Amino acid sequence: MLLQRIENIGELTLYYLHDLGRMGLFLLRTLRGGVQQPFRFRAMLRQIREIGANSMGVIFFTAAFTGMVLGLQGYYTLRKFGSEGMLGSAVSLSLLREMGPVLTALMVTGRAGSAMCAEVGIMRNSEQIDALECMAIDPFRYLLMPKFLATMISLPLLTMVFNVVGIFGGYLAGVKLLGVNPGAFFNGMEQSVVNKDIIMGLVKSLVFGLLIVWICTGRGYFVHQIRGAGYGAEAVSRVTTQAVVISSISILLWDYILTAILL
Amino acid sequence: MSEDPIIQLREVVKTFGTQRVLDRVNLDIYPGRTTVIAGGSGQGKSVTLKLILGLMKPDSGSILVHGRDITTMNRREMNEIRSHFGVLFQGSALLDSLSVFDNVALPLQERTTLGREQIRKKVLATLIQLGLIGHEEKFPAQLSGGMKKRVGLARALQLQPEIMLFDEPTTGLDPEKTMEIYRLFHETQGKFGYTAIIVSHDIPKVFNLADQVVVLNRGKLVTFDNPEDIQLSQIPEIQAFVKATMGHLYLSSDLE
Amino acid sequence: MKKINVELVVGIFMIAGFLCFVYLSLQLGEFSLFAADRSYTVSADFDSISGLKVGAILEIAGVNVGRVSAISLGKNERAQVKMQINKEVPVNEDAIASVRTQGIIGDKYIRISLGGSEVTLKDGGRISETESAIDLEEMVSKYIFGKV
Repeated sequence: MLLQRIENIGELTLYYLHDLGRMGLFLLRTLRGGVQQPFRFRAMLRQIREIGANSMGVIFFTAAFTGMVLGLQGYYTLRKFGSEGMLGSAVSLSLLREMGPVLTALMVTGRAGSAMCAEVGIMRNSEQIDALECMAIDPFRYLLMPKFLATMISLPLLTMVFNVVGIFGGYLAGVKLLGVNPGAFFNGMEQSVVNKDIIMGLVKSLVFGLLIVWICTGRGYFVHQIRGAGYGAEAVSRVTTQAVVISSISILLWDYILTAILL
Repeated sequence: MSEDPIIQLREVVKTFGTQRVLDRVNLDIYPGRTTVIAGGSGQGKSVTLKLILGLMKPDSGSILVHGRDITTMNRREMNEIRSHFGVLFQGSALLDSLSVFDNVALPLQERTTLGREQIRKKVLATLIQLGLIGHEEKFPAQLSGGMKKRVGLARALQLQPEIMLFDEPTTGLDPEKTMEIYRLFHETQGKFGYTAIIVSHDIPKVFNLADQVVVLNRGKLVTFDNPEDIQLSQIPEIQAFVKATMGHLYLSSDLE
Repeated sequence: MKKINVELVVGIFMIAGFLCFVYLSLQLGEFSLFAADRSYTVSADFDSISGLKVGAILEIAGVNVGRVSAISLGKNERAQVKMQINKEVPVNEDAIASVRTQGIIGDKYIRISLGGSEVTLKDGGRISETESAIDLEEMVSKYIFGKV
């Protein structure tokens, strides 16, 4: 009984180590796929449309409301200290450093990450990936590299859109609704934001982009080897859920790590 | 036989968890001939196919293609060997995001230096040959199972493979479509002269095409050079398999 | 109607994203691309600038006239601050630069009080009269414990 339990723990540990190694090799092979020719430029464009351009609506709404809430909350908190003038800097700093990159990454995970995972998973299940291999077409170059590049190009751009829309959301709530002086709002913003804040947001969104596409496509790619996922359509749905959960947690984890390093 | 075998399996072992799917299996496949791999489900038919294609590695033993061991090859050498292979997958494995035309053109675009116009001509010629003309703009999701198989066959034949592998080519097709696939198989083999390996349940129908039948049973492989011999086998599991898959055939000979 | 193709959609998306980036870095970052043409740099040494950051604003009579562009440790353990000031705003050589705080807990900024001299500072000039940051904690402790 006890022996059995220890055996199970050992087996599980081995499985997770194996899984981690597999994901690491997956990333390396994709990077190698990136330097191989021919580069699929049009496929990458299509992916940018899918991941980036088609996410604009979601990002726009999320950003506008996040900015407005920040304006509202910030105003009532700052009013206690009589520093409503700091509202601009509070809104812009929280957006640029934290909310922008993190919320954009979470929205893209939910919208595009899950779709990528399911797509790759279905391709694995219906032997499309095997078929590519049998035609001596490297699936890492053909299938995955366009997705990796597209995500890493789209996410920083989406984050910037999020920041700008969010700031105007904050402006709307703070200045138009609550009557903070517009000059003070923008002045405070310009004073407190430094280039480092923008660069920090950019670095974060690049790292998050890599995490999203790596975890989501990786889970889909190994859909047939994931422990306890089952087979067929059920496996794809379980693995997609797993991919979204792991991506989201990794984003928050790396957000902390990057903040600690970059601040 | 004077010719050297094109594919050789030597003492191949493959285990999944605790189940030994292939237990020191030996198999020779000779050029230009048709081999049918049969056996109940879960007996390792598809695994054998994947091993030959290099999609899986055996636990031990070696697999020789043209006398070269593919189990120790790196990617580049493997890709070179794969250019000899054409595969028709069970579900055809067409890329969902590409039209029929682009699916068939894919191997030419990716593996050859042919120009756009040459590729177009070649693809259209194959599509005409397989009766797919008029469907080239459709996407795989809009095709019936039989059509998908034909597109898959067209794609596999683009690079004139030396060896064609068929994974359950007729599963899920009605008898009429099944006959059509076998007719196409016969036609294309006559034209291209490829070596064929067919994994199939369809024992009675495949009999007419096979030069050699191998039955997988409990990790062991039994080879019948004359397909008729399979009915005379004394191994109880094979008798049961024969009875289950071609009952009427068995009965008719029994009645005599 | 012509089908909207991939290139167009992606192009619009990328331009929108890039414009947002440009807006943020020009509007909010401490240097705008054009700032160098429109401003001149002067420096000043302070005993202490505690809390002053690169990018902090410069005010004359409450009007924003420039930014702090660099902070370094100068001679005699004094803080050397470089400031970019708008070209249209002349600062004369006997001006006083002082580090101030907006409100009680607000950001630090530099206030410049103009002097009476006729000689104005040129690019690379130096403001010699400075007032250091007022250390709130020090003041509070002086008030509570009396002079140490």
